[in-house]
Amino acid sequence: MGGPAAGPDVRSVSEADDWPLWEVFLRGRRGLSHQHVGSLHAPDPELALQNARDLYTRRGEGVSIWVVRSTEVHASDPDDQGPLFDPPADKAYRHPTFYKVPEDLHL
Amino acid sequence: MTVEAAELSAVGIHEVALALGDDCLVLSHRLAEWTAHAPELEEEVALANLALDLLGQARSLLTLAGETEGRGRDEDQLAYWRDDREFRNLLLVEQPNGDFAVTMTRQLFFSTYQELLYARMAAGTEPRLAAIAAKGVMEARYHLEHSRLWVQRLGGGTEESHRRMQRALELLWPYTHELFEASPPWVRAADVGALPPPTAIEEPWRHSIEALLAASQLEIPDFRAWQSGGRQGRHSEHLGHLLAEMQHLHRSHPNATW
Repeated sequence: MGGPAAGPDVRSVSEADDWPLWEVFLRGRRGLSHQHVGSLHAPDPELALQNARDLYTRRGEGVSIWVVRSTEVHASDPDDQGPLFDPPADKAYRHPTFYKVPEDLHL
Repeated sequence: MTVEAAELSAVGIHEVALALGDDCLVLSHRLAEWTAHAPELEEEVALANLALDLLGQARSLLTLAGETEGRGRDEDQLAYWRDDREFRNLLLVEQPNGDFAVTMTRQLFFSTYQELLYARMAAGTEPRLAAIAAKGVMEARYHLEHSRLWVQRLGGGTEESHRRMQRALELLWPYTHELFEASPPWVRAADVGALPPPTAIEEPWRHSIEALLAASQLEIPDFRAWQSGGRQGRHSEHLGHLLAEMQHLHRSHPNATW
């Protein structure tokens, strides 16, 4: 890296990691439930909400914000994709595909 | 017998809109200076958003100032073709960014003032000023909330953040008296109910700041050597440098568009 030496006020990337990561969920003006829209760094819940407002709702996208610490999100293991999600694929009766949709109904 | 409805003259509107518009324009430029320098990406976006809100208010106010001046000047001509002696902003808003504590202190002082002023101006007798204030007060509340959250955290944070916050308060305290100075344009506007009298917002301002500082383990500086003159066009040396950067492009390439 041939960049200029960091001055005294320039923080290194590892120091910036002091701020934990938060997942942001927004409920839109006409939405019924909160949707995940992205993530951000913030030192605490109040500032996470402030930052979420700045990053994700500048154009009136939302009427309600949730922020959740990313470490509190428990995710399924990608290796379990088969056992978790494959079985329904061959159970056609689980899908509403046996109805005739009226022609003037646009989905 | 006819009773003339008391209303603010065109000159009166021009003076008020110019002063308040210059506050917004100059502070907007200061906040924009943080872009690419903020401590965190998220905070950089927040500061840029504050800057854009204030720039929007500056555009409305300077457009109104131009219309009521009657010399055919628009927002751009007022922003880019006046020299520092013709600017009417508070000294507070032209003060350099300093460290993050200085920037947040300046924002706290200004947004507390602006929120109190706009809330009353929105209910005032001059419809165009009231309309701008009604829109701006929502933005001011958000700016105020952002700066209050940070002042609390810096004041009650580490020894170093507390030291810097206290230093920032002492650095900017001398510029707070000017916020409530009864300048002739403000008095004329207050006489007809377009603006609140300065005393009507000074008391709540002090109360709000004192309560926040007390809750943030910070002390009100004991300092009375007030600095003022911005509303009369007597500025610190900092404004000239700010304007040189802000106006350079427009003056080098008049009426350029892209």
